[in-house]
Amino acid sequence: MIPAPFDYTRVATVEDAVAALAGAGEDGKVLAGGQSLLPMLRLRLAAPTMLVDLGGVAELRGVRDDGDALIIGAMTTHDEVVKHPLVREHAPLIAQAAETVGDRQIRHLGTFGGSLAHADPAGDLPGVALALDAVMSVAGPGGMRDVRASEFFVDYFTTALGPGDVLVSVRVPKLTGWTTHYEKFHQMAQSWSVVGVAAAVRRSNGSIAEARVALTNMGVTPVRAHGVEEALAGAPATADAVATAAARAADGASPLTDGVASAEYRTHLASVLTKRAVMAAGGL
Amino acid sequence: MTVTEQRPGGEVGRDRRRKEDARLITGRTAWTDNLSLPGMLHLAIVRSPMAHARITGIDVTAARGAPGVVDVFTGRDVADLQGSMPCVWPVTEDTVLPAYPPLALDEVRHAGEPVAVVAARDRASALDALELIEVDYEPLPVVLDMEEALADGAPLVHDAAGTNRCYTWILDSAQAGTGADVARMEAEAEVVVSRRFIQQRLVPAFMEPRSTVVDPTGDQITMWSSTQVPHILRVLLSLGTGVPEHKIRVIAPDVGGGFGGKLEVTPEEFIAFAAARRLNKPVKFTESRSEAMLSAHHGRDQIQDITVTARRDGTVTGMSARLLANMGAYLGIITPGIPILGAFMFGGIYKFPAYRFECTGVFTNTTKTDAYRGAGRPEATFALERIMDELAVELGLDPLELRRRNWIERDEFPFTTAAGLTYDSGDYAKATDRATELFGYDALRQEQAARRAAGDTVQLGIGVSTYTEMCGLAPSRVLGQLRYAAGGWESASVRMLPTGKVEVVTGTSPHGQGHETAWSQIVADQLGVAFEDVEVLHGDTRASHKGLDTYGSRSLAVGGIALVNACRRVVEKAMPVAAHLLEADPADLEFTDGAFRVKGAPGAATKTLADCAFAVFQSHDLPDGVESTLDADATYDPENFSYPHGTHLCAVEVDTETGMVKIRSYVAVDDVGRVINPLIVDGQVHGGVAQGIAQALFEEARYDEDGNLMTGTFVEYTIPSAADLPDLVTDRTETPAPGHPLGAKGVGEAGTIASTPAVVNAVVDALRPLGVADVRMPCTPERVWSTIQAARAANGGELR
Repeated sequence: MIPAPFDYTRVATVEDAVAALAGAGEDGKVLAGGQSLLPMLRLRLAAPTMLVDLGGVAELRGVRDDGDALIIGAMTTHDEVVKHPLVREHAPLIAQAAETVGDRQIRHLGTFGGSLAHADPAGDLPGVALALDAVMSVAGPGGMRDVRASEFFVDYFTTALGPGDVLVSVRVPKLTGWTTHYEKFHQMAQSWSVVGVAAAVRRSNGSIAEARVALTNMGVTPVRAHGVEEALAGAPATADAVATAAARAADGASPLTDGVASAEYRTHLASVLTKRAVMAAGGL
Repeated sequence: MTVTEQRPGGEVGRDRRRKEDARLITGRTAWTDNLSLPGMLHLAIVRSPMAHARITGIDVTAARGAPGVVDVFTGRDVADLQGSMPCVWPVTEDTVLPAYPPLALDEVRHAGEPVAVVAARDRASALDALELIEVDYEPLPVVLDMEEALADGAPLVHDAAGTNRCYTWILDSAQAGTGADVARMEAEAEVVVSRRFIQQRLVPAFMEPRSTVVDPTGDQITMWSSTQVPHILRVLLSLGTGVPEHKIRVIAPDVGGGFGGKLEVTPEEFIAFAAARRLNKPVKFTESRSEAMLSAHHGRDQIQDITVTARRDGTVTGMSARLLANMGAYLGIITPGIPILGAFMFGGIYKFPAYRFECTGVFTNTTKTDAYRGAGRPEATFALERIMDELAVELGLDPLELRRRNWIERDEFPFTTAAGLTYDSGDYAKATDRATELFGYDALRQEQAARRAAGDTVQLGIGVSTYTEMCGLAPSRVLGQLRYAAGGWESASVRMLPTGKVEVVTGTSPHGQGHETAWSQIVADQLGVAFEDVEVLHGDTRASHKGLDTYGSRSLAVGGIALVNACRRVVEKAMPVAAHLLEADPADLEFTDGAFRVKGAPGAATKTLADCAFAVFQSHDLPDGVESTLDADATYDPENFSYPHGTHLCAVEVDTETGMVKIRSYVAVDDVGRVINPLIVDGQVHGGVAQGIAQALFEEARYDEDGNLMTGTFVEYTIPSAADLPDLVTDRTETPAPGHPLGAKGVGEAGTIASTPAVVNAVVDALRPLGVADVRMPCTPERVWSTIQAARAANGGELR
């Protein structure tokens, strides 16, 4: 199919983007890499009347060092994120997860910010952002504001971004002394996660001092596995301790049953994958 | 005169890169959708969102007024023009053949059925106008499940039929006189194993969506279509619409794959034909991928109840198969016949003395089914090879050993099976020995034992599939006995051009097979011309008016013989010309290495076919009675099917915690007879195995309870990519087909037929210690996991 008719504008600055979206009202939509939006348009699952293309906004691209954090521009492509030395050094979890997104062509066009703003529950990067306590920098009609990852993902394909907002960049705290792993489960190389687990672990003297675990596709938004994190804090760094903690992975989660998997299977996978993710992150 | 089959260093057997690839992969070709004719209109089709409903009103007013729209019409508007869709294979005398209008008239019977058509000046306008058409539907009860459809009081897909049963077709070896009585074997059996297998519904998923252009402005109405069957299409367009056959020209330009999915004459083709005649302008219809998934015919979809009987020593004594085959809502050109193509293959390579097959075709409110790579034979081979593994477990035998004890030995050919086929040749032991050697069968069995003993999370499974298939469709006489409306012959013409170049016209219709290359290799050897000097013409009824097209691994096995025979006739026709030029007696000449020469006179003068062709072109000095042409035609009707065979072995690792199946190694040893081009054959095996693995692990077309297709895009209908498939180890044994001048048997379907049971047998084998006796296809991680859970629950949570 081909999309329903729409107007299109390509802007050069964030300011222009915000102005264009304000003019478009409820029916405006930001076009980032287009890897999720264009298929939706072609299937006519979405029919915005105005697309505001951010592809020409230079200030939205790139990764920079901001002391204790990295700032990743929203329009930085997955491929750029995967290969960026700063990301690989200070946020390898992002690089590892981004490398599993779609295929090579998609990673060259799809963007880090686009994935977060799209908020597909099966998308891998929202869970990673949640695990890393990332903070989103948002430009809107009222100016700039920061939104923490824990407040950014609101519902199924819904974020804290309003119709007039543009996601500008993502601040990712550097995790010094932590090790991380993203465990993605999917049958086909190019398909979305059935369930994914982002894990970060800080070890100290044979035990796990701290852990962060976030789950992909275990509900309408990514969720933190707080039960697992509590059980791991101070636990011995052993397979048994990790397995015991991982059994609580789905506590409080409300996974969906859909055409890909049942809630029951997702619940089971969450524990298995959490165990594997924490083991891998912790070097066990 | 002597004709030499093959020159040393000849073309046949050589790894030739395909002639057609340069244009195909650089975009320098005309797919149907690339065609643009002056004044051409674009069609878009409103499709039913309901699986079963009465149409109570269609309002096209707004759409008629939309920008760019030239015409909007419904089934009622073209009722007299559109014709009706043909089914050419009523398999029994009482097969129910429901009315099948291309555009629905009063009722829709599956989601995706065409309801109204927009013709506009461009495709975007046509698609936009679709949304302005208002159709009122009165929902009718939907029936999707075959067993429910056959129950008393079930909603009827076709009221007029009074039943959802399309036909019941039976082959009983005792009644047919081809074998013993299955019932007696069951009564006397020491071991009886019964299983129900489900052949899930698949989507052929050809790469190029279907596309049709119709130009009604000439003396002939010309249709370009992305089809496997341009010749059949012309005949059926004529019979279905009443337009005289000689006023129709059909062209299949380069076609991007079919896999049986384009072995069809489609409502969309009839609709485009009607639109062009109604508007008297060229029209184009190109479907979207979503439309292809929804409305192009699907494949497989059978419930198979299989029983095998045996003695304790492993001798199989009988096999019975009771099938329900989902027809869908309507009958495509050979929908009823697809399971019947499998009816003869449930005996596989074995010597069962007794056999019974019964298939009931069932209508449901789903997209129609029809041919999909293998067409009936993969279904049969799957059921047979799965139950052989189950029997092996029951008997405590290695699955290969059970097969060895039952297969036809190489010195027992020709062998007539209980299903009534006479297999001409085969060497099952040789192919199996080669496969086990390449696979490292014994070492893998040892590793499997070690993992089982250790209770590894990841278990290893080994799957076996020893198959044969009936290819080379088909002897016309047999087709007639099976009530198929056409024959199974094929034709070829060879034209010698004045400068010694050769044009070959084939009645086959390649859509990815590489006939231009393989046919050129054959002709080069037969006529002693260069590979590059042969041009193969196909797929245009003006160039090749006679042919039965490409499907059923028939093109080389049947069309190849026609081609060789035509080449031989060219040589025969050239003989008196050459003799005249050489001033010799024709009886003294031989044709070797591409030239005529006097027998036993090395170093004497020679004349090539090119010399003869030019002499005939001039015709200044021909012997009396010699015609001014070397062109020759041949038509060949096979006396028997051909029987490729082979052994496929698959090792899988199954993660018992997640249910994930990973293929660790895969070996395919196929015997497809003499190979013309090994590169093409390897490609066919790779593609076929990929599709067979896809059925085993990945693909399933699913409907929700209302009859909506849930797998309408490649997000939900998961076809594997290279990243999801293992490295394949392929090898061949070569048992030439006796009586075939090329010794070729056909290779298009072998991989698909063989691979599915090999993979599923491996998955089940891996899980056998957990008490698992079957896993329904596709063996997705969740299905494998839930099967393990169920088995554990049944065994009280313990390993068996």
